Amino acid sequence: MTAPASPAPTETTAKTSAETSAETAICARGIVRDFQAGQSTIRVLHGIDTDIRSGEMTFVVGESGSGKTTLISIMCGILWPTEGEVKVFGTDIYKLSDTELVNFRLENIGFIFQQYNLIPSIDAAANAAVPLIAKGMAIEEAREKAKKLLDKLNIGDQAEKLPNQLSGGQQQRVAIARALVHEPRLVVCDEPTAALDASSGRRVMDLLREVAVAKDRACIIVTHDNRIFDLADRILVLEDGVVTHDGTEMPDGH
Amino acid sequence: MLWIAIRMLTGDAQKFYGLLFGIAFSTLLITQQLTIFVNLIERGASGVYNAPEAEIWVMDPVSRTTDVSYAMPSTALDEVRSVPGVEWAVPHLRSAASVRTKEGDLEQVAIIGVDDATLIGLPQNLVEGSKQALQQPDTVIIDDGGLFNMFGPGADVMGERLELNDQRAVIRGVADSIPAFTSTAVLYTKYSRALNFVPGTRNRLSFVLVGVSDGLSAGEVAARIEEQTGLKAQTRDEFAEAGVDFIIENTGIPTNFGITVILGFVVGVAIVGLTFSLFIRDNIRQFGALKAIGLTNMKIVRMVAVQAGMVGAIGYALGVMSTAIFLWSFSGNPFFKGFYIPWQIPLISMGAVILILAITGWLALRSVLSTEPASVFR
Ligand SMILES: Nc1ncnc2c1ncn2[C@@H]1O[C@H](COP(=O)(O)OP(=O)(O)O)[C@@H](O)[C@H]1O
Ligand SMILES: [Mg+2]
Repeated sequence: MTAPASPAPTETTAKTSAETSAETAICARGIVRDFQAGQSTIRVLHGIDTDIRSGEMTFVVGESGSGKTTLISIMCGILWPTEGEVKVFGTDIYKLSDTELVNFRLENIGFIFQQYNLIPSIDAAANAAVPLIAKGMAIEEAREKAKKLLDKLNIGDQAEKLPNQLSGGQQQRVAIARALVHEPRLVVCDEPTAALDASSGRRVMDLLREVAVAKDRACIIVTHDNRIFDLADRILVLEDGVVTHDGTEMPDGH
Repeated sequence: MLWIAIRMLTGDAQKFYGLLFGIAFSTLLITQQLTIFVNLIERGASGVYNAPEAEIWVMDPVSRTTDVSYAMPSTALDEVRSVPGVEWAVPHLRSAASVRTKEGDLEQVAIIGVDDATLIGLPQNLVEGSKQALQQPDTVIIDDGGLFNMFGPGADVMGERLELNDQRAVIRGVADSIPAFTSTAVLYTKYSRALNFVPGTRNRLSFVLVGVSDGLSAGEVAARIEEQTGLKAQTRDEFAEAGVDFIIENTGIPTNFGITVILGFVVGVAIVGLTFSLFIRDNIRQFGALKAIGLTNMKIVRMVAVQAGMVGAIGYALGVMSTAIFLWSFSGNPFFKGFYIPWQIPLISMGAVILILAITGWLALRSVLSTEPASVFR
């Protein structure tokens, strides 16, 4: 409901924005996140400034525990930063009210969860159609739209099956369809290949490149799977809650 | 999303049926026990209901119910008749007696003596025989419940001879009556003959039954009778209520039924609460994903409310239906004769169901609402 019609201009502090003409999708400034661990407070993110662009597939990579998941959770509006601000397509999302933020996510963001979190008692088409149904579209219409996308993902013939009748790879495709069905402008995906062997991981990534990347859509993939780094348009390296590299290639020594 | 909520619920057949069972069981227990309770205590007023013509019951001031009465001198009848507004007044005798059947069994029965001339005091209808048969010598009319208890179901007792306190009695009719609370057999006979059956004490007039002149209320006339005669006079409704109150005050029935009803409620909360929170816990990741994708807490609340509402509506309907089937299947048993479900009782059990679901739904919702959407990435 609060999605702005066009991205607002972002601040000019982004290091690499001059190198590309792509629009800035996310502009994160001074992101700090603390977690309470018993008595003590742990700082997981130490003041992160970064931009994510539309039309690109951005990888967030780093060791396990470096804060990747925390960072993208903050960037897609499901985790409040302790300090800092996040503008997504020009909207300062943590200045929105709770309800506005939820609706902003529904309009603008597609999620691919590692454990696909499909609803077991509705079929693949209905699962893929959830964002449309949540937006108020009639069930049948939403399912038809979702079916078209499932076709594109080569599992159109599985549309009427329940999740537990599908293989893991097929379930992941349903989850991908659910993330894209409402044509969000930002897609986030946490460790899509973690549970897959090398060749299936590769296939999923190729598929994501094919269906998720679009001119006016930003796509963020969190991974620590170095087998797929070559698929990235841009790579952010996180080390202990600090961005140590932001470029089109992996830095040397990784 | 409500469609999805319902599918989530019905998709887990085991838990869905568990929830339905819990609600249906609670509803059955509560509805059935309250129904039996209400019908049972209303039996305390069966003596009043079985004498439908009487608008006012006049008695000794110490008498409390149709079965707990102290006899008056026979002059009381004329005193009552002389009160203005009394259209008619007839004697009514109620007493206990021992009866010996042909087979030699001994039973305690209630004797009711009704007015010789008008037969006022008899139940409205007979199942067998005619009221006029009372004019024949030694005739008694037995109530249908008593017949069942004394002679067994379907027995043909017309013409059956009894020995009543050493007097001969012949059954020549069966009354269609509401059983007494104690389910003792009742023998109706003419007042003059009842005096013979009941061993002679000086005063044997238990009640005077009164009809009120047109245009006067029973309450007014009862007040006049009390004022003028010093006797106790109660309207039909007052006296029926006194009979019910007597049962409530003098038996452990309210406590016993109360405990069962509370148990039904507690069992409902336990079964439904456990199953519902298991269901929610199984689906907590899905709820988390829905929250991340963009469902407001309000929509989540509505989803859970629809799930609870659906379980409640179906479970409740099943419970009320089971109660009706239960009562219907026992309707041939004279203990259940005339049993009905007062309309307030389904409302009470509906209230209980709503309360059960509100408690358990709220507990379940708390965990859903407190789930961080960010947890879906963990
Ligand atoms: N909800 C939380 N409570 C406490 N600590 C957390 C929480 N989420 C993440 N952390 C901690 O923050 C650090 C970074 O976590 P995470 O962002 O998941 O890293 P990554 O995704 O790179 O593996 C870890 O040390 C983790 O234990
Ligand atoms: Mg992670």
